[in-house]
Amino acid sequence: MATLQLKQIKKSFGETDVIKSVDLEVNDREFVVFVGPSGCGKSTLMRMIAGLESATSGDIVIDGQRMNEVGPADRGLAMVFQSYALYPHMTVEDNMGFSMRLAGVAKAERRRKVLEAARILQLEPLLDRKPKALSGGQRQRVAIGRAIVRNPSIFLFDEPLSNLDAALRVQMRIELARLHEELDATMIYVTHDQIEAMTMADKIVVLHDGEVEQVGSPMELYHHPRNRFVAGFIGSPKMNFLSVEVAEAEADADGVGVRLPGGDVTRVPVEGQGQASGTALELGIRPEHLVLDDQGPLEGEIQVLERLGGQTSLYVQMGEAMVTIMADGDVAHRVHDRVRFGFEPGRAHLFDARGLALPSLHQHPLAGLRRQDNRAPSDAVGQ
Amino acid sequence: MTTARTKSLPSSHAAPLTQRAPWLGILRSRRLWLGVLGWSVALLIFFPIFWMVLTGFKTEAEAIAEPSLVFSPTLESYDAVQNRAGYARFAINSVVVAFGSTLLALLIAIPAAYSMAFLPTRRTKGTLLWMLSTKMLPPVGVLVPIYLLFRDVGLLDTRTGLVIVYTLMNLPIVVWMLYTFFKDMPRDILEAGRMDGASTLQEVLYLLLPLTLPGIASTGLLSVILSWNEAFWSLNLTSSQAAPLTAYIASFSSPEGLFWAKLSAASTMAIAPILVFGWLTQKQMVRGLTFGAVK
Repeated sequence: MATLQLKQIKKSFGETDVIKSVDLEVNDREFVVFVGPSGCGKSTLMRMIAGLESATSGDIVIDGQRMNEVGPADRGLAMVFQSYALYPHMTVEDNMGFSMRLAGVAKAERRRKVLEAARILQLEPLLDRKPKALSGGQRQRVAIGRAIVRNPSIFLFDEPLSNLDAALRVQMRIELARLHEELDATMIYVTHDQIEAMTMADKIVVLHDGEVEQVGSPMELYHHPRNRFVAGFIGSPKMNFLSVEVAEAEADADGVGVRLPGGDVTRVPVEGQGQASGTALELGIRPEHLVLDDQGPLEGEIQVLERLGGQTSLYVQMGEAMVTIMADGDVAHRVHDRVRFGFEPGRAHLFDARGLALPSLHQHPLAGLRRQDNRAPSDAVGQ
Repeated sequence: MTTARTKSLPSSHAAPLTQRAPWLGILRSRRLWLGVLGWSVALLIFFPIFWMVLTGFKTEAEAIAEPSLVFSPTLESYDAVQNRAGYARFAINSVVVAFGSTLLALLIAIPAAYSMAFLPTRRTKGTLLWMLSTKMLPPVGVLVPIYLLFRDVGLLDTRTGLVIVYTLMNLPIVVWMLYTFFKDMPRDILEAGRMDGASTLQEVLYLLLPLTLPGIASTGLLSVILSWNEAFWSLNLTSSQAAPLTAYIASFSSPEGLFWAKLSAASTMAIAPILVFGWLTQKQMVRGLTFGAVK
């Protein structure tokens, strides 16, 4: 069992509030990802959980015990640093065994545990090397190995893949997911990369300016972002935002009718009671949900066209706004063509003046899906 | 040569010029002039030492005669110097005091630099500057109080007393240097150590010290050299028991008048150990002093 609760955690450096009251629950064996732009406080939050930074107020509870005053080594956690933070003067084996050496574990036992971790991570041939004789990916694995031998209740990863090249990053991402399954441990992972968050997390915590914007499964965040920030942050390319207004007497129980920039009215199925006609709203629609359609309600001129092979990104100027459309790879359009396009209203989101999403009338069927639920049922039985 | 070419006009103009007169290219080379300048400065600095060593092998008459490079070398002066005063006793004092004060300074400075580098407060920068500012005071300004203090507690003419003074004298520099080396140490590594269960002492012993060893070594070497060469305090606070080699040299300038050959022989013997020491450790020194830059 390894659970973590953060209760009204705050952190201030002098006058600056870096973390403004965070409440969070991490369940046993969950893979939780903290994601947000740089400076949002995600690393600080992790460092507070690790005990490397003290919380200004609030409680950090691990396995039901308040840990605020407990030292980093005694919290039952292990951390993998962005820079790997290997001990440069020690061999791989000594790096991985250092915690046990400090704890006074006998040499034979130490070696046994290091070998076991090395086997999981395929590091056996490298045990006698020093970190500088290793590649980036190997160093990363040693850093993970150092965490594994401590047999922690919770693993902490602080942007562990950001120093690796793109190909290696994808490979390590898969390895980490595999490791999570193999070790069956609770993991907390910090990243600024929303793709890492989407692919690895059971639960994503989106942070912005020291506050939790939303907590949920990847699919929930994608389909039901609570506000404009989460909507723009999750998903790539970014969601498009268009200024619209509530069409006259069109807000009712079936959704909200909004007037699009071209003048057409579309009914978006969200809760809109009380939205007076003429109210300015923002309509959010993801690039992959915009479709080229000669009868579509929207129109603009293609400014840039990026052909990725399987897909083509069209950057379309619509009055003041620039809209991104993910279209089929084989579209025949050229730059400066005028195109018409539309969308399925159920795919659209509406945000009020404060940036809050109007709740959708229909829950997306996959919104509650966790990454672990991707496994076939027969796999799950064995767990 | 390469620097010269890149500095000069575009290569299409420069190439024919050097082809016509290759010596022009050499004369215009920055490396040549830098080399000449470097050698001149080095020789200028080295000349007095060279002359001193040479004078040590002359007779007293030759030493004050018209300067000449041609003479028959003699060990006469060395013999006289040896007979007059026990070189070994002074040398032992120098070794004990230089290494003793360095060890003590490191023992005090390592924790100080650790806290300043890793646990800085608002006043850390100010404290560091204040420490350095004490080095700007002329030592003679505090001679009388220190002399009186030493007299009253019985530290005059003792090695312990000299070790204390040298430690205090070098401490600001030692703390400063260690502080900069520690500052260069990646924080993550120490934090990883803390996650692995290291106490502050273990963190310092197992991680910080091994990783900043080049810096600590060069700091220690500098402190040894500064202590070895120190003359003001050793002359004023010691007489016979604890006098180091600097006092030994000085003893040849008085009261019988100046004996250049003997003075030179004594000086050569006094600086020889530290010169050899410096030469042997020079690689370590340079590595330490450029530690942060080339890491």
